[in-house]
Amino acid sequence: MDALEQLGKTFFDWQAMVAVLPDLLTVGLPNTIMLALASGIIGTVVGMILAIMGISRNRALRWTARTYTDIFRGLPAVVIILLIGLGLGPVLRELTGSTSPYPLGILALSLIASAYIGEIFRSGIQSVEKGQLEASRALGFSYSSSMQLVVIPQGVRRVLPALVNQFISLVKESSLVYFIGLIASERELFRVGNDAASNTGNLSPLIAAGVFYLCLTIPLTHLVNFIDTRLRVGARQKPEPDNLAAPVGQGART
Amino acid sequence: MTATIESGSLTGRDLHLSFGANRVLRGIDLHVERGTTASVIGPSGSGKSTLLRVLNRLIEPDRGDILLDGRSVLKDNPDELRRRIGMVFQQFNLFPHKTVVENVSLALRKLRGMPAGEARESALSQLDLVGLKHKAEARPGDLSGGQQQRVAIARALAMGPEVMFFDEATSALDPELVKGVLALMADLATAGMTMVVVTHEMGFCRNVSDTVTFMDGGVVVETGPPAALFDDPQTPRLRSFLSDVL
Repeated sequence: MDALEQLGKTFFDWQAMVAVLPDLLTVGLPNTIMLALASGIIGTVVGMILAIMGISRNRALRWTARTYTDIFRGLPAVVIILLIGLGLGPVLRELTGSTSPYPLGILALSLIASAYIGEIFRSGIQSVEKGQLEASRALGFSYSSSMQLVVIPQGVRRVLPALVNQFISLVKESSLVYFIGLIASERELFRVGNDAASNTGNLSPLIAAGVFYLCLTIPLTHLVNFIDTRLRVGARQKPEPDNLAAPVGQGART
Repeated sequence: MTATIESGSLTGRDLHLSFGANRVLRGIDLHVERGTTASVIGPSGSGKSTLLRVLNRLIEPDRGDILLDGRSVLKDNPDELRRRIGMVFQQFNLFPHKTVVENVSLALRKLRGMPAGEARESALSQLDLVGLKHKAEARPGDLSGGQQQRVAIARALAMGPEVMFFDEATSALDPELVKGVLALMADLATAGMTMVVVTHEMGFCRNVSDTVTFMDGGVVVETGPPAALFDDPQTPRLRSFLSDVL
């Protein structure tokens, strides 16, 4: 019973949770959202550029995209975050006078996200049937208009679930900026929870931070399922009898 | 059918194309008079579909010339050339992320710069001609194959082409849907459209086309009026092909 009580106190100390709540809500949550959203948007834009480079007929562009992707997808996120966050600090200070590593955290997360998102987009675009590009070219559209109007919209639609999964990863990975040491007002959810846990010697604040993460990620997970179902239902075939083309078939039915 | 067909003649001269060591077209000559229908038949792999793609420069020929209305178009911008030649594919290739009416109006809006409302009206009247105005807001995936192919024909016609290409337009259709598409193609031929039809439908070749060209191994083996080709084939290759398909 003692052990159980001990566990309950370690993880579910309501007082400790309530104590950390204001910081989680006013500091941690906005910063986590900011980090994930900013790197998500930048990662999507850069990822699309990488995908287009990756399917380009220009070998140098393809090679550049390939190398970038291999590096930023192949390294552990924490290594990239430390290298960028600490390594580029002096450069940023020189350029802007800012000593905050916050933008570098966003940059590092964006670099990682763009490598994954680039691959997601590329696979989606390449999954679009060749006939789509051909039909668009046959109408008189240029290669780039065909890609913009016909191929890319279809490719992106197919990988929306994978893309949202990537955003879920980003929400969680944003906790890794912990390693580059942010000032008090820039702390994200994990750091707020972790600081409180260290101060009190109790893990309940981390549980509270965890609940906040779940509040962000679970709706996204359901969004993935929703999109996935919509895409599958939207793609289902329900051909109807062709009134004009099949008079024989019509007759047979009546 | 459309009252505003302004078709032109089409000529391919000594067209050659190789993919590596594979010589797909070996000196093809094809002439289609204004307002006539030329059917191209032949065994699979004979280069028929490739010939269509070379004639509208989806694939550039290695050698030879292409003339539209008597003028060489090899130096023209290929995108502009393709706006003058409508093409219908075996697999329809409608854009599944757009509605039927958007499929037809897309090129009008983006290539002709037509205002959205006007393009839509024009697309709707084109859909009316193929009997599918009531499906304007449907997605291509909700249509039968025959309906999809008729939308594809409307999409190609919307740009007011001078020539229409049909690449085995009925091969992917269930048998009962073939008739409607062939009837539409025949209407178009009657209305005076210049057409090049790659097909396995020998009935259509014989009854609708003005000339039939038999290709095999990347060359034209025989060409002439359908009656002559079908009733009096001159070469063993055509004789054996016809005995296989008829």
